[in-house]
Amino acid sequence: MSARLSILIAEDSAADRMLLSTIVSRQGHRVLTVANGLEALALFEQERPQLVLMDALMPIMDGFEAARRIKLLAGEALVPIIFLTSLTEGEALVRCLEAGGDDFLAKPYNRVILEAKINAMDRLRRLQETVLQQRDLIARNNAFLLDEQRAAKAVFDKVAHAGCLDAPNVRYLQSPYALFNGDLLLAAFQPSGDMHVLLGDFTGHGLPAAIGAMPLAEAFYGMTAKGHSLREVLREVNAKLKRILPMGMFCCATLLNISFQRKVVEVWAGGLPDGYLLRGDGREHTPLVSRHLPLGVRDARSFNDALEVYPLEMGDRVLLLSDGVLEGSNAEGELFGEQRLLEVLAANRDDQALFDEIQAALIRFRGTQQDDISLVEIGVVESSSLGRPPVPQGGSVENAPLDWSATFEYRGATLRRHNPVPQVLQLLLEVPGLRLQAGALFSVLTELYANALEHGVLGLDSAMKADARGFADYYRLRTERLAELVEGYVRFDLRICPEPGGGRLTLLVDDSGPGFDGQAVMARQAQPERFSGRGLALVRQLSERCTWPAGGRGVSVEFSWRLEA
Amino acid sequence: MAITSQPSADGQELTIVIQGRFDFGAHQEFRDAYERINQRPKRYVVDLKGTTYLDSSALGMLLLLRDHAGGDHAQIRLEHCNPDVRKILAISNFEQLFKIA
Repeated sequence: MSARLSILIAEDSAADRMLLSTIVSRQGHRVLTVANGLEALALFEQERPQLVLMDALMPIMDGFEAARRIKLLAGEALVPIIFLTSLTEGEALVRCLEAGGDDFLAKPYNRVILEAKINAMDRLRRLQETVLQQRDLIARNNAFLLDEQRAAKAVFDKVAHAGCLDAPNVRYLQSPYALFNGDLLLAAFQPSGDMHVLLGDFTGHGLPAAIGAMPLAEAFYGMTAKGHSLREVLREVNAKLKRILPMGMFCCATLLNISFQRKVVEVWAGGLPDGYLLRGDGREHTPLVSRHLPLGVRDARSFNDALEVYPLEMGDRVLLLSDGVLEGSNAEGELFGEQRLLEVLAANRDDQALFDEIQAALIRFRGTQQDDISLVEIGVVESSSLGRPPVPQGGSVENAPLDWSATFEYRGATLRRHNPVPQVLQLLLEVPGLRLQAGALFSVLTELYANALEHGVLGLDSAMKADARGFADYYRLRTERLAELVEGYVRFDLRICPEPGGGRLTLLVDDSGPGFDGQAVMARQAQPERFSGRGLALVRQLSERCTWPAGGRGVSVEFSWRLEA
Repeated sequence: MAITSQPSADGQELTIVIQGRFDFGAHQEFRDAYERINQRPKRYVVDLKGTTYLDSSALGMLLLLRDHAGGDHAQIRLEHCNPDVRKILAISNFEQLFKIA
């Protein structure tokens, strides 16, 4: 049994009106009757009937006009109109439908057919009602979801932009909702002034991808600020993602450590399209090729943290991009692809315009804006032109220990995996007077440790780094020898002494190697065109005193401070 | 897109054939292809001859298969990769996890 409807009957013949009214009310519906189109409109507005039986030819306003206006009034809701007509020629019936009628019924009326038509129209009406309800529900849910995304993005931006994406030599472009496409861009200074950069792309979209980004960002920023090396950040981030991500989800990423002082970039690339080292002097661009499985695939045991190292020159730029750039497709399903990107890079003359040119090329290719691209470019500039990394927080000044010494010795297998610099730095930063010099201290520790490890323990000769090829060989050899290391040690000897109004740190770093002639090294390093060996010169600049104790074992440096009363 | 699977006569090897786009839409079908079988094959072959496109969620699905097939001990061969598919597998360095032919 069909539902009770309220049905409007517009019919100028009183007899017909009576007849229809009787049939329809016998079927259980509520009946409203009028004698012309104008009355039909008025009563429709007042009573909002669910279905209309409309005579085509009526005085004052005919059924065609009334039907048109009722459809307008009804808006999106379907109010079926069945024309009642003695017209038979096709053209007249077509007019009924064109005026907005949904069906027609020929006179004289057949009770059974009328009932069937009313029921059929009611089904359509309900269908339309359901569609509208669902549409509105979806629209409400979608608005809600977008609201949530906005809020989530605001939270995420606080975490993700905690770093130095606003540094003057960093340019980046991320589609507003790149995060919900799984894209992630992070950059932060180490205490030394080196910059760590991560461009990542989680598999999948939406919430799962965005959630994985949070712990990754936390680990990246936390460890970078404490002075952990890129390798350590990598291992930690990979282990964390492996632990939390469901099987089958992972993060394609490229990580960089750019040292503006040492003029090198270390690269780890797993799963993103090639990045590029763009040369400022017109030399050919160097592609930064993915060598590894993405983050979160390998467990800690089998994770490969090997970095590639490239020398940098002033004016060089490192460009990274997400696969959204290459996978933009046009109407024919063709991909934008690497070749088109390389053409844009080759045609580029003005650094500042590169991102615009890439975007413009994408729009030309696709015909529309792309909404899932991430691009970042870091320029190689003088380190002095970059802001200083923030001074680390520490405990109170009054209770700080001021007269102590300690020796740390890191041996064999420990050196293979562990970077002791953050641990030693953390301890020294307990001394309030050293906190303001955290950056210099970190750089000096890092350089002295690298010297002791690479030249002393591993026996590498920095003369190898005379050209680009030797440079690569050097780092390959470093990785090989480190992996096989069993013997040897690096020792840090720390002495903190109070002085009137302040204090002094004396730091001696030595190692198990055969020792070296500091003066000779300094002389060699004076050649500015060399790729390497800025290390000791840097240490000299940053520390107050730098000496080579007799016997050529180790390097001693001093830092002092005065505390304002 | 259509995924079919065919065990070898001795039941030791299962061949999964993927036609068309291999992306998130194939998720359930791909899982069914190796989960809804009675035997436990030793080796798996994913035949990508008819695969026109492969995205990162497909890479994830391959990792799921690898896990199902025994993780580091899994024996999985990806066969008949066209150059585009090969390129995507290469960028992610999946040759470290799968035999790619």
